[in-house]
Order: sequence, then C-alpha cells, then structure tokens
Amino acid sequence: MPANVLAVGLVVNGRRHELEVSVGQTLLDALRDELGLTGSKECCAEGECGACTLLIDGQAVNSCLVLAVEADGRQIATIEGLADGDRLSPIQDAFLAQGAVQCGFCIPGMVMSAHYLLSHTPQPSAAEIREGLSGNLCRCGGYNQICSAVAAVASGEAALEHEE
Amino acid sequence: MSQRPDGRSEQIRGSLPDAAPRPDRGEAPIGRSARRVGGLERVTGAQQYAADIGLEGTLHVKQVHLPCARARVLGVDGSAAERLPGVHLVVRAQELPQPVARFGPGYADRPLLAVGETKFHGEPVAVVLAETRAAAEEAARLVHVEYEELPTVLTVAQALDPGSPLVREPELRKPDDPFRETNTLTEWQFGWGDVEAAAADCVIENVYTVAATTHFAIEPHAFMAAPERDGVAVWSSIQHPYVLQRLIAATLGLPLSKVRVHAPDPGGGFGGKQHAKFEPLLAVLAMQTGRPVRLVLTLEETFQNARAPTFEIRVRSGFRDDGTITFQDITVDGLLGAYADIGYRVVSKSSYLACGPYRVPDARIHVRALLSHTPPATALRGFGSPQMSWAFESQLDEAARRLGLDRLDIRLRNLARRGEEIVRGSGDTHCDGDWAQAVHKAAEWIGWGQPLPEGHGRGLALGIKSSATTGASYAIVRLLHDGSVTVLAGTSDMGQGARTVLAQIAGQELGVPVEGVNVVMGDTSAAPYDMQTSASRSTVFMGTAVLNSCREIKAKLRAMAAQAYDLLEDQVDVGSGLIRLPGREVGFVELMAEAFGPMLGEIIGTGERRGAYRAGHPLGGNAAFYEFCCTASEVSVDRETGEVTLHRHATVSDVGKALNPRHVHSQDEGAAMMGLGQTLMEQLIFDEASGRILNLGALDYRIPTTKDVPLEMESLLVENEDGPGPYGAKGTGESGLLSTAPAVASAVWDATGAVIRDLPLTPERIWKVLAEPERERPQ
Repeated sequence: MPANVLAVGLVVNGRRHELEVSVGQTLLDALRDELGLTGSKECCAEGECGACTLLIDGQAVNSCLVLAVEADGRQIATIEGLADGDRLSPIQDAFLAQGAVQCGFCIPGMVMSAHYLLSHTPQPSAAEIREGLSGNLCRCGGYNQICSAVAAVASGEAALEHEE
Repeated sequence: MSQRPDGRSEQIRGSLPDAAPRPDRGEAPIGRSARRVGGLERVTGAQQYAADIGLEGTLHVKQVHLPCARARVLGVDGSAAERLPGVHLVVRAQELPQPVARFGPGYADRPLLAVGETKFHGEPVAVVLAETRAAAEEAARLVHVEYEELPTVLTVAQALDPGSPLVREPELRKPDDPFRETNTLTEWQFGWGDVEAAAADCVIENVYTVAATTHFAIEPHAFMAAPERDGVAVWSSIQHPYVLQRLIAATLGLPLSKVRVHAPDPGGGFGGKQHAKFEPLLAVLAMQTGRPVRLVLTLEETFQNARAPTFEIRVRSGFRDDGTITFQDITVDGLLGAYADIGYRVVSKSSYLACGPYRVPDARIHVRALLSHTPPATALRGFGSPQMSWAFESQLDEAARRLGLDRLDIRLRNLARRGEEIVRGSGDTHCDGDWAQAVHKAAEWIGWGQPLPEGHGRGLALGIKSSATTGASYAIVRLLHDGSVTVLAGTSDMGQGARTVLAQIAGQELGVPVEGVNVVMGDTSAAPYDMQTSASRSTVFMGTAVLNSCREIKAKLRAMAAQAYDLLEDQVDVGSGLIRLPGREVGFVELMAEAFGPMLGEIIGTGERRGAYRAGHPLGGNAAFYEFCCTASEVSVDRETGEVTLHRHATVSDVGKALNPRHVHSQDEGAAMMGLGQTLMEQLIFDEASGRILNLGALDYRIPTTKDVPLEMESLLVENEDGPGPYGAKGTGESGLLSTAPAVASAVWDATGAVIRDLPLTPERIWKVLAEPERERPQ
C-alpha cells in the first residue's frame, strides 16, 4: 500500500465498507467516487453551500470538509439510506408534498440538514427552521416551501397531500 | 389504482381509461398542482446529474489557469506534470488541431484554449488528462507557465477609451467591420418618433448601473465526451443540447447524426448553462485520445465562465406636469466579457424594450455591446430586462418626486393598455394583457396609501420581458397499446418543471394520469429538435408541440374508430381517453385492441410550434408573448448599518393560465429570491489592475439563504387565459425578478429618503448615502 493510502472501514447507512483511501481524500469523494453513492452533491467544496451535508454519528457535517480517514469506523447516514425501501421518510415525503423540490441539486443536503434539525429540535419555531437550514443554499429559491415541509413534519401534518 | 407511500401511483397496468382522470368530472391535470415528475428521484438521491454519471476508462481533465485576466503566454512546460504517476497527457493550444477551433452561439470567437494570450481570469492555457481526478489536480499545479501580465479593459469607460488595449484582435474581425479598431463588438439603434422635437415640462437625466452577477446554480458545470462508433457522444449539464450538437458537429466536421448530446436534467440553469463552455474542447480531446474524458468545474471555475453583462444605462426622460411620459432618450452600454457568448443578444434584446411597458410617443435607444477582459457575459434569468427595469422604473420614481405625484399613479397613467403598440411602428406584438390588473393587485396587497409602521417604506415597480421570438420546438407523442403515453421532447428540465407540465398536457388531452406519461428528454438521439430552453418559452412552444401531437393522435383515433366500427368520422367524438360512438363509448385501449388485433401497435402523433422569422426585425421575430410582473415591497433600514430588512414582498405575474399553480408560484418566489440577491448583495468584484475576480466562491460571493427570505412573501397571479400557449398559458419563470430592484429601492427611498442608482444596494452603499449631510426627504 503506498504511504499516502490508508485502509478504512466506513459504515454507510448501516452497511460496512472496507476500502483504501488516500489520506487527502474527502469523505464526499470517497462516497461518490469509491462507493458510487452519488446522492451527496459537491458544489462549493468549502463548507458554505451544504449540498454535501450528511450525518456522522447523528451529527450533520459538510462531507467536503471531512477526510475519509476521519470517518473510519463511524456511522454515516446519507440521503440514499433515508427511505425504507419504497417507504419515504416523513421529511422526504413532506418535501414532495409541499413542492419543495425544484432542480433538486440542493435537496439531498437540505433533507439531511432537516433530518438533523428535527432529531435535536423536534418542534422547531419558524426562526429555528430558518436558522437550522441557513447553511444550505438553494438557488431555485424554494426556501418557503422547504421550511414549510420541515414545519409540516414537526406538526405531524406531513402525511397530508397539499394540493392547490 | 393504489397509492404508494410517496404518493406516486403504482405502475400502470392493463387498461387505463377506467382509472383515467375525466376532465368532465373536474379531474383534469391542467390547472392542478401535480407533484413534480422526477421529485421522487430528487428526494432520494437517485437523480443522476451530469457529474453523477461515470464511464469506464475515463480520463479526468483539469485546467491550468493564471492568476490574472490578461497575459501573454510565453511558454507552458508540462514536463513535471507528465512525470507524475497516472498523468496521461498535458495538452496546450499547440497540441490541438490547428488553427485552434473557435466557437460561440453568434460569433465563433472563443478558442478551445487560450491562443497566445489569455483574455479573462480563468481562461485555461492548458489542460491535464489523468487517470484520476486527484492526479489531474496535482499535475495541473505542476504545469509551469511563463507569462507576462498585460494591461486590461474592465469598465465601460475603459472599453470606450480609444487609448485602451483592444480585447479582440482586429484580424479576427471582418475587414469591413466599422468597430475593428475598437472595443465595441457591435451596436444597435432602436426608436420611433422624434425625440429632439418632443416637448416636455420636465426633463430628467440619470445614469443607472448594474454590477456583474453570476448564476451560482448549485450544480457546477460538468462535461464528458466519448468517441462513439463513427461519431462522438457528449454529456453536459446544458440547457440547449441542440445548439451544442450543432457546435460539436461543426468543431469536429461531423454530420449532426453522428453527434449525440446527452443532457441530464441540469441542477439549476438560470441561463448560465445555455451555451457551450468546454464541451467542444472535450469532444476534441476524446477524439484525440480515443477515450472518454471528463471535466467537472469547481464552483469558482463556474463563476469564471458565466456571468451577466455589466450595464450602464443613461436615461433622459421627458414628462408633462401631470406625469405623462413624452419621450425617452436612452443609451445602454452593456459590458460583455472577452468573448461574445450570447451576451450581445442580452444587451440588444433587453434594450429593445428599454422604455418598459409604457406608452412612449418618442423614443431613441442607442445600444452598445462592449468587450472587456472579464469572463464571457451570457444569459442570466431575465436576459437584461431586470436591468432595464432598474433604469426606467427608477426614472419614474424620480419624476414622481420632482412633480409631486404618487408613484403608483404615474405608472398607471403611462401603462400601455391591451392592444396598444409598445414598440411603435415595429409591427411587433402589441400589449397582450390587462397589465393594470397586476398593478392594482400588487398595490392592494402592499396596502398602497395606507399608514405604515414607523421607519418602514414601500415601493412598487413594473417589469416587462419580451419572450421567445423565433425558433421551433418539435414533439413526438406515442400512445402505447396499453393506453400509457411516451412524450419525446427536447426541452431541458432544470427545475422549472417542464417534464411535469408536458406530462400534464399529454394527460389532459389523452385522458391519462400524469404518472402514466413518460417524458423522454435530454438525448438528441431520442427527442426531436427543440431550439432551446430559455426565455420562459417551453410551456408555450414545446407545450403547443405536445398539444398538437396529442391532437394528431386523436385525429388518428377518430379515423381508426370510424373504420373499425364502420362509421362516418362525423359520428365519432374523441374525448380524453374515451371515444363516443353512437349509443356507446369505447376506451382508447379497447379501440386499439380492436383495430390492431394480436399483432399490436401504437399511435404516433407529431407536433410543432415555430416562431416565424421576420427579416428586418432587429430581434429576428415578434415576441410570442410578454412576461409582465408588478413587484411590491415593504422594508425598513437600519440607519447605523445600512442594512435592509424586507418585511413584505409580493410579485404579481400575468401568466395567462397557471397549468401547475404550485410550480408557477415556486418559480415566481424563486425568481424573487434571486432578484433580492441581485438587488441587495450580489456582485463580482474585479481587481482594478489584474482583472482577477476577488470574490470567487461561496464564501465571498453571497446569495440569499433561508434567513434572507422576506418576513412575509407572496406570489400572486393574474390569469385571463389570454396567452398563446396551451389553454391560454403564457410563459413564466423570469417575471418574479424583473422589477425586484426598483421596487426595493423605491421602498428604501420611502423609508429613508436615500436615492441610489447603482446596484447592488449593499449596506455600505446605503449607509454612505444616509451619512451625507444634505438629504431632504421628499413628501
């Protein structure tokens, strides 16, 4: 094994993967390039846009700023693992029902940030939702629909179809 | 039909018509907010954007660029880079087929790699091809470039200064080009009447400026190319795959049929992904190496390759004492980048409506497109129209202040009424809406004339955009023998929801639920020609093509039913999913089973919509419709910091008919958010000497976040079903940002008395004006 390559074990969505990564490789790149998990997106590559947000041991992180070797042995949750087979998570379902998805590129990160927010603040205020999602940029500008989706999950209305 | 937990219907099985929505029972897809087609893939991470697609044996491409805009390239040494393990090749301009190919949508001026001289910060001088992205990135840093920095042209004043260096080499121009020895790319003169002879009680002259902004789609541009049999395949996050196909064919000398462009749904476009960036280079590299090649730009590189033009707009306006406009005398200088891209048309098309949606008896509009050592300027949502609105609406506010008139009244007094000619004597499309309805609706929502909380101000502004003019869209619709439907359409779904609305139209016409319609896009080998996805044209142009395809299918069903049941065609009435015969009804599936028999078959309909080309029209043709919007805003301003708080903000768009109301509202609100970014915070900042962009990347170029959403925000619509599209629809998607800036600036003036004519309205800029001692607050 070359000097700058290390063996790591990544537990992604409950499944353990053994792989060799270069010491400088980000977790985002390891997931996308080595494991083919392309749900997490790369945009700014400097932790400002949130498109690569995922959870490590339940904590939301920008995976473009985490090295793959730092995630060795830890529990990683990505957008691909949220749905239970065909059954979407309430947050995913609420995003669809509220029309929160436009181009969709920010959505995986946005959904993971919402997941994290609701995991520690199950009943967020409108201001807490805005604060909690303020690290995720959406250029389609669907912030109102996105915040509504999170509010709907918190209030238990998420299962309702919102048709106009 | 059972619902899955995600709300999508189970796969269509067997006979559809029983479960089909019945327009006569109020179940029609049109006018309802169908869930987004492709939404499920987007919330589960399954959606494949261009950078998510991998090909076996790919070479990764990384660009080499310089830390300045303009430099003479003295030498590029790739030897150290090529010694790195995994590095395949370093390609400089001299390694490309000679002469180096140039491309562009109107002017073939942009070289695949800089030839001899870089002309903007970020223009590549070489590329590295390597087996891994990491190797390519490391090797690119090892390429040694010897260069000499050269003086730059970065502003309108510099571009117009005869002493400035020339951005474009004269030998690249035609010998009879009158601007050969200047930095003017080209110019236009629009107008009517006689401005010199026009009388006025009050003449107001001001200069309005708009900084360069960038698109900042969250998906950076991504490209791939691979040899394919005797041709080439290209993947790109592009809005205009058919324009790209033509360009690649020209670059490689291939027939169109040998160039296949895959255009995965872009992760946001906003105009920045209309035209080719590095696809022609990649196509050449794929043919040279015989391997797939891949280039994913960083966000910084994306900024360096797409921006809106910078504008300086001088407006001299005449008014009567009652506020009636008597003339507009306008000079528009649009500062493009080093290459023309589509920026020249942004400048000309928007300037063509520089007088706005108003009745103007005499007008003179002089327009110049200027070249500079900055990234190529291209389309950005609104295509220059928000910049025009900034000027003509701010002028109306100024007139209202000078003449002691109400800002709403002066607009209503001058606003064109339905049927009036806006561009006089042009034969162009006349005012095609009851625009005052939108203005009244916005005024009512914002509480015009009502008392405001202390320190608050409100503003209201109008915007207009000429929609698509010429161009064609073709569609093929296939009614399959089980009653489900496949639509082939070359539109790009970049978030506006084209797939959904096209599925709704087919569903409406053929009596199929949206879930039963498969819309195939993004492959020039599969879907027929569509000129482009821009100018809010897809619902009107491609929507009509799909509608006409469905109607052709219905005509075929009618003939088929007459023959199958031995009737006259007059005795057959084809509805949505059902065919009424004398005394009974049959479903489409039943008829096809009867007519085709066990060998099966399908019914294919084709449709098109073409915008007529008008020789002599400065834009090539008449507007299919106008996008019209009225924006109203209520703000307060922190006098200590100059920071603006948006309390209430509404857009009222005249959309004809909202085929999917939720999508329309999402687009309008999204446009408003983008407009607010451009109004308050966004600008690319260039180093005055080197032309280097100082605020590359998400840290330093700020766009709105959840915390920048107005405290109360609403999208309202006017729906008179008076558009040229299906069911009376007009296009929309840009209208929400057409008049954001003048509405907010008007509210800032109302709150503070500060008049600002330069965008963006940064806190520093507002604070500086408020700090000036001589300020008087008009009534």
